[in-house]
Amino acid sequence: MAASGRYLRKCTMSTTALEIHDMTVAYQRRPVLWDIDLQIPAGKLVGIVGPNGAGKTTLIKAALGLVPLASGKVEIHGKPYHQQRQAVGYVPQRESVDWDFPVTVRDVVLMGTYGSLGWLRRPGRSEHAIVDRCLQQVGISALANRQIRQLSGGQQQRVFLARALAQDAQLYFLDEPFAGVDAATEAAIFKLLQTMRSAHKTVLVVHHDLQTVRDYFDHVILLNMRLVACGPVETTFTQENLHLTYGGRLTILDEAAEAMRQREPQR
Amino acid sequence: MMGTLFFDSLNLSQKVMLGTALLGGISGVIGSFAVLRGRSLVGDMLAHAALPGICLAFLLWGTRDLWALSLGALTSGLLAIATVTWLVRWTRTKEDAAIGIVLSTFFGVGVVLLSVIQKPHIGGNKAGLDSYLFGEPANMLSDDLVLLTVVAGVILSLVFFFFKEFQLVCFDTDFAQSQGWPTLKIDLTLMAALTVVTIVGLPIVGVILMAAMLILPAATARLWTNRLQVLLVLAGLCGMLAAVGGTQLGRGLPAGAAIVLTAAGLFVLSLVLAPQRGVVARLRSEWQLRGRIAREHLLRSLYELNEPYLPARQQLPLQSLQDYRHWSALPKLLDAAEADAFVERQDKTVRLTSLGLKRAAELTTAHRLWEMYLMQHAGIAPDHVDRDADDVEHLLPAALLVELEQQLEQEGRLPNTITSVPDSPHQLEGPSESSTP
Repeated sequence: MAASGRYLRKCTMSTTALEIHDMTVAYQRRPVLWDIDLQIPAGKLVGIVGPNGAGKTTLIKAALGLVPLASGKVEIHGKPYHQQRQAVGYVPQRESVDWDFPVTVRDVVLMGTYGSLGWLRRPGRSEHAIVDRCLQQVGISALANRQIRQLSGGQQQRVFLARALAQDAQLYFLDEPFAGVDAATEAAIFKLLQTMRSAHKTVLVVHHDLQTVRDYFDHVILLNMRLVACGPVETTFTQENLHLTYGGRLTILDEAAEAMRQREPQR
Repeated sequence: MMGTLFFDSLNLSQKVMLGTALLGGISGVIGSFAVLRGRSLVGDMLAHAALPGICLAFLLWGTRDLWALSLGALTSGLLAIATVTWLVRWTRTKEDAAIGIVLSTFFGVGVVLLSVIQKPHIGGNKAGLDSYLFGEPANMLSDDLVLLTVVAGVILSLVFFFFKEFQLVCFDTDFAQSQGWPTLKIDLTLMAALTVVTIVGLPIVGVILMAAMLILPAATARLWTNRLQVLLVLAGLCGMLAAVGGTQLGRGLPAGAAIVLTAAGLFVLSLVLAPQRGVVARLRSEWQLRGRIAREHLLRSLYELNEPYLPARQQLPLQSLQDYRHWSALPKLLDAAEADAFVERQDKTVRLTSLGLKRAAELTTAHRLWEMYLMQHAGIAPDHVDRDADDVEHLLPAALLVELEQQLEQEGRLPNTITSVPDSPHQLEGPSESSTP
């Protein structure tokens, strides 16, 4: 029995891109995500939706190992994250870097290949070919040698996307790629997402615009410090779930978190 | 030791030249990373905080031994970094405030210790120590040169071999970590390099001005390039130039000050002369833009004055042009337009050439499209539009103009005046010629 159980679990592993089990994340001992349990099937476009401060970015950062977990675990294609780094791509929020940094568009996109290059090796012809392809895919080939400050917000976002594409990952985390971009870039990103889906990539996207959720995504994660719902858009993105997600931030969890913070000795 | 023997064979001025050049080079390179990482002040703090360590080491060992003093400097520098980290983490002190507090406190302790040391009964061997305040390259010994050479060798090879990793971590730490790089270790390596460079620089430049050696070459190089590889090389060269130049030019002055002032001179020079970011380049491009806008205003005014007579190209009295809008230098503008073969002048009249009419029609079309766009889409009161349009249309990329045109055309809002602008002014050649008196 046990053997067949293990076998069954292996079968599901190949189709589950991301599994988060019982995850709690705390900043300075104040929990911001409670008991998150979710599974994302491979090859889906997934929107992560919730009010400000719901922990959307934290969910991504915790899954990527950028913030420590207070408890729980994250598995990517059935393995812990540190064994799967090459399979994971990341697009941070645009404001997270200094755009005055002395690098060109090409330099930034090249960084996507560093993970597979490893220590000491320098990017060569094949890495530059990857960069050319990725730049073309997001439509900014002509800007390759520009300093990144000289780009518009939408173009900067495309640079980040191209860098993630250069990682050639299976699972992608995108933190608000649609924030503050022009209409042309939004359309380009959407098209890119569809291309990624048809290449059987799994893409998780922190998203703010509720109106486009149905158009853009297959799955949706509704989040407000805890997981409200996770599943296919048709069945999960309902009025009722949205109300649960957005209706009143001061839930029992807020109060609990506040109480825990109060209990800490004042410094 | 071979190295010491080689350095012993140099005379003092050669030693000073070599030592300051080495220090300038590595502080330029490592300072660039510190500046890009937003850590300009950390170098300053390290330098100031090293003073009490140097004094304590002297009190403990009773000699001005380079290695003992450097060890003391390193210890109190690291203690300062730890204190700042602790203050930021466990109290709500902001980082810049914490750095300010620690820097001045440690430096204060250092100055007190220095005054104790300088009392005659302590030993009086103060000659070496107060050179740490303002720097004294002329004290350069072979030992200092060995230390500088080793440090320079280690640091330059680190940067050469781990350039990719340093660049990645400095630009986007989270992304680097998501790729599995040990960002903390890479960051600490850079910090360690910064610490070591600061400490070997203290006897030459002095604790007060060492930070400038880290910041100024990096800031200067940043003005000249947009690529990190180039920036590192330029910052290294700039640091060398400042260090060597400063010690040579400023003989008899405190060396640290002479070096820093030379570096500042290079910075100011770059601020004026650098391409793109320099003052001259900016003024020039602004001046060029203004000139272009004025020339475009001229053509558009001529088009509008000529509009009632289209398709003819009318001889327009100069006075009517003069009255049409406010001009700052109309004769010069007309000279330029004539040189471009856009207008022909006769007595007190001016007339668009067919080439000029074509260009003027294009400009007018662009202007009106933009006006329409602002009125229809941006909700700006019509009487405000003209001025805004004048400012902005000159910056419009061609692609946006096409987009605007299509959009307005789709909505049936493309003004008649524009569709009636002839496609090719050449067809008008005949009738317009006959209409001239």
